[in-house]
Amino acid sequence: MVRRGTSHRALTAALALGVPLALAGCGGGDQAVGGSGGGGGGGGDGTTLRVLDYYNNEPDKTVFQDVIDACGEAAGVAIEREAVPGNDLISTVLQQSSSRTLPDVLMLDNPDLQEIAASGALAPLSQFGITAEGYADGVVEASTYDGELYGLQPVTNTIALFYNEALLAEAGVEPPTTWEELESAAAALTTGDRYGLAFSAINTYEGTWQFLPFMWSNGGDESDIATPETAEALQLWVDLVSSGSASQSVVNWSQADVNDQFAAGNAAMQINGPWQFPVLDAVDGLDYGVVQIPAPSAGDTVVAPFGGETWTVPQTGDADRQALAAQVVQCINDDDNMVTLATERGTVPTKPALVDAAVEAQPAIEPFAEQLPDLRSRTGELGEEWPTAATAIYTAVQDALVNGTDPAEALAAAQSGS
Amino acid sequence: MTAPPTARAAAGSSRATPDGAAPGGASPRRRGLRSPRTRARALELAFLAPAALYLLLFFAYPVAKNVVMGFQEYTTRTFFTGEAPWVGLDNYAAVLGSSLFDRALLNTVLFTGGSILGQFVLGLAIAVFFQRRFPLSGLLRSLLLLPWLVPLIVTSAVWRWMLDQDNGVINRAIGLLPLVDARPGWLTSTSLALLAVVLVNIWIGIPFNTTILYGGLQEIPGELYEAGALDGATGWRAFRHITWPLLRPVVTVVLVLGVVYTLKVLDIILGLTGGGPANATQTLSTQSYELSFRQFDFGQGAALGNVLIVISLVFAAVYLRANRRAVDE
Repeated sequence: MVRRGTSHRALTAALALGVPLALAGCGGGDQAVGGSGGGGGGGGDGTTLRVLDYYNNEPDKTVFQDVIDACGEAAGVAIEREAVPGNDLISTVLQQSSSRTLPDVLMLDNPDLQEIAASGALAPLSQFGITAEGYADGVVEASTYDGELYGLQPVTNTIALFYNEALLAEAGVEPPTTWEELESAAAALTTGDRYGLAFSAINTYEGTWQFLPFMWSNGGDESDIATPETAEALQLWVDLVSSGSASQSVVNWSQADVNDQFAAGNAAMQINGPWQFPVLDAVDGLDYGVVQIPAPSAGDTVVAPFGGETWTVPQTGDADRQALAAQVVQCINDDDNMVTLATERGTVPTKPALVDAAVEAQPAIEPFAEQLPDLRSRTGELGEEWPTAATAIYTAVQDALVNGTDPAEALAAAQSGS
Repeated sequence: MTAPPTARAAAGSSRATPDGAAPGGASPRRRGLRSPRTRARALELAFLAPAALYLLLFFAYPVAKNVVMGFQEYTTRTFFTGEAPWVGLDNYAAVLGSSLFDRALLNTVLFTGGSILGQFVLGLAIAVFFQRRFPLSGLLRSLLLLPWLVPLIVTSAVWRWMLDQDNGVINRAIGLLPLVDARPGWLTSTSLALLAVVLVNIWIGIPFNTTILYGGLQEIPGELYEAGALDGATGWRAFRHITWPLLRPVVTVVLVLGVVYTLKVLDIILGLTGGGPANATQTLSTQSYELSFRQFDFGQGAALGNVLIVISLVFAAVYLRANRRAVDE
């Protein structure tokens, strides 16, 4: 009895300690929506701006740290930067929106900008006198919501065709430039344990992102995916898998998995992006080349989606801090930093005028750079509705690849069913 | 039920000291606090308060919030503006009317049923086996807990490698067999993916079943088996007429808890297939996660989550009833 009483009392004490903490945590989260909270952390006269991004891996982490620190110094503020894992960024932003603790400078993946801007959490950049002159059109479109510019994106990336030089030379195959060449090259490169091509057809937005260059280059459009053009693009993927030139596992591979297959020599070619350069360069004895994604037929323009992140100024309710934050955003996007970020991270500057300088400094980005004028934004057309279309696209792709549904039927079903 | 004795003990001891040490000073103070019974009652409540508060904060509030969210249009916008317009049953209509719902419900039933059947049968067999003492049985029994100790994300990553169609160890092993020329797409074909996910979940669930059932077996007095053996009940007949009837209450607990745990399994499926391929392994919980955290439609995600809660509650009610009956007996 005595022992029982003691342990019970200890438990009660522990709970009594725990409850106030929990209450305190709750108070932060449920604060009223008046906007009286101010910017949260930092404060004081020697202003410290809080920066949130998802560059938490090297080399990006350090490259951005240097640029942001220099920009902070130029604006006369100290920088307190937090880099969260990519998957956690949106949930962090949502938490901070509801507790009124948004950072002063916020980085967003470009297709997420419109969704966050629509919630009212971001300040239009025009109020700080910032415009997007000289930027590629698609990039500006993605950072614009309801006619207002909300973000500036310094560099962009896209996907292209990576090929293993040794394996292509061995098979006497040239890097393909058309869909027909892609199919024959992939078939010729497929042997025993090795596939000709690897790509990601996973049931996430990554799968959609990989499918877009094929869909768009063939004239397909996300506003209506049940068209012959999109069906043809999907048929190409189906043919590649059913002929055995690509593994059935593409439906379960993320882009990182695809890159692993390519690095291990299990695939002679892959569809991937420049962020894989550091991983591939670290593989001993792997020589690879990069070309544009093949076009439907010779002479067609390749339209690929662009990736990369845009920098925004959240509504923190403190006009002075926001003005300083806008200065930092503008500085991250100035010409010198664009070229620095492009060359050090293997990405392409978003101002066409700067592309030549960047390619000169970093020749590896050329296949990506030449696509810049035709790069298309994922959210430019549908805005907030993009996630619905993106879900329909990967659903149809999976249906066709896994169940063997006719591509046209799969696309129509996914569009109506979702 | 343990709070009142403790409270009374505490009240008693606090009263004893003033009474014994300074009787003159104690009585006016006691009169000021009205009757000793009210005071004891207040103390009882004070001791109950932390636990009640804890339950309210961490159980009642989230459940109530989830129920309310199911009737609201709760999106990314809500986080900033705080506005979540009331939409009545729209979320439920959208979720239950979706072409995916039937699929997800069927998958949930198959996944839960298959997992529980496999876990229970194998778990029971292993528990009965370990009832005998043999060299190293203690060590082996503790090794059996390993699947339980490995973080689920690690488990699913490792199984995903092993089940890989081209280079996974399982298909490589199958390839070594004579006369077999197949490379089953464990995670890439719609017919096998659900089975593969169920098999992995069975592997994870065996330790739980074995441990609880083994505990139940230990409770059965050995004399019963001796007496049974005298009457000719050994082996299977001993299991059928002695072990099984006496193990029944434990079996109910294991099965009901197993069902509730399995209904909400999320990480294994996300790690292995992400609900794919082509929604072949989409269950109510993965679908609810998808709606809330990928499409940011928290209202619909909550609605589907509530459906799942109701299903779990049915099993919880079965469990409580069975438990009460066991106590009554």
